[in-house]
Amino acid sequence: MNGPILWYAARSTGIVSLLLLTGTVLLGVLGPLRVGSPAWPRFALAGLHRNISLLTLAVLGVHAATVVVDSYVPFRPVDAFVPFLGAYQPLWTGLGVAAFDVLIALVVTSLLRQRINLRLWRSLHWLAYLCWPLSLIHALGGGTDAAGSWPLLLGVLCALAVLAAVIWRIAARRRLAGRVV
Amino acid sequence: MSRRGTGPRLAVNPITCLAHGMCAELLPEYVKLDEWGYPILNGDPLPPDLVAHAKRAVADCPTLALRLDPTS
Repeated sequence: MNGPILWYAARSTGIVSLLLLTGTVLLGVLGPLRVGSPAWPRFALAGLHRNISLLTLAVLGVHAATVVVDSYVPFRPVDAFVPFLGAYQPLWTGLGVAAFDVLIALVVTSLLRQRINLRLWRSLHWLAYLCWPLSLIHALGGGTDAAGSWPLLLGVLCALAVLAAVIWRIAARRRLAGRVV
Repeated sequence: MSRRGTGPRLAVNPITCLAHGMCAELLPEYVKLDEWGYPILNGDPLPPDLVAHAKRAVADCPTLALRLDPTS
């Protein structure tokens, strides 16, 4: 198959999944800070963190599928899972595929959290801080119209939001010295 | 409060608990928080209508410090 529809679909699902992933990361960064209110209790924010991550994975599945189906881009199903294998923009696409693999690992280990060692789960979960920047670089570098347009602004806003959340968490960790956050 | 019953009982590992407080949000009937945010559990057997909520609280504990012990 070919045509602009697939390109629009790949592009829009890519942008949406970056926004969803950023939302997941923000909730994940702020979760251990005991952020919450009567209207937004902590369990609801934790549930959002999980559900938005699942939604991200679903939208990413469509993102990868549209690129595979689009015959304009030489991208095989295996290229969607093995980084740097595909012939199309190997670096930018490879970073996205690597992030996709990491996200799958994060989601699977989190769904099995009760059955695996909690320390293992927690150490693996730090990979989220690898997954998100890889996705952002993939979006800004590989996006066909990312440079100098509103998608660039969107990427910058995502980066600023995550940066602010991380700084907040580090500051809170210092303030609550002795308490693990 | 009656201590009779056959339902499972809540228990917390005080070493791994880091006072996230989600258990008290999910099961306020059996979990209160102390002034530092750590849970104070009602150790009575859970009534059948609360077991599902207790399982949810156990599963959602960020440090998996909460557990359900069967009443022997």
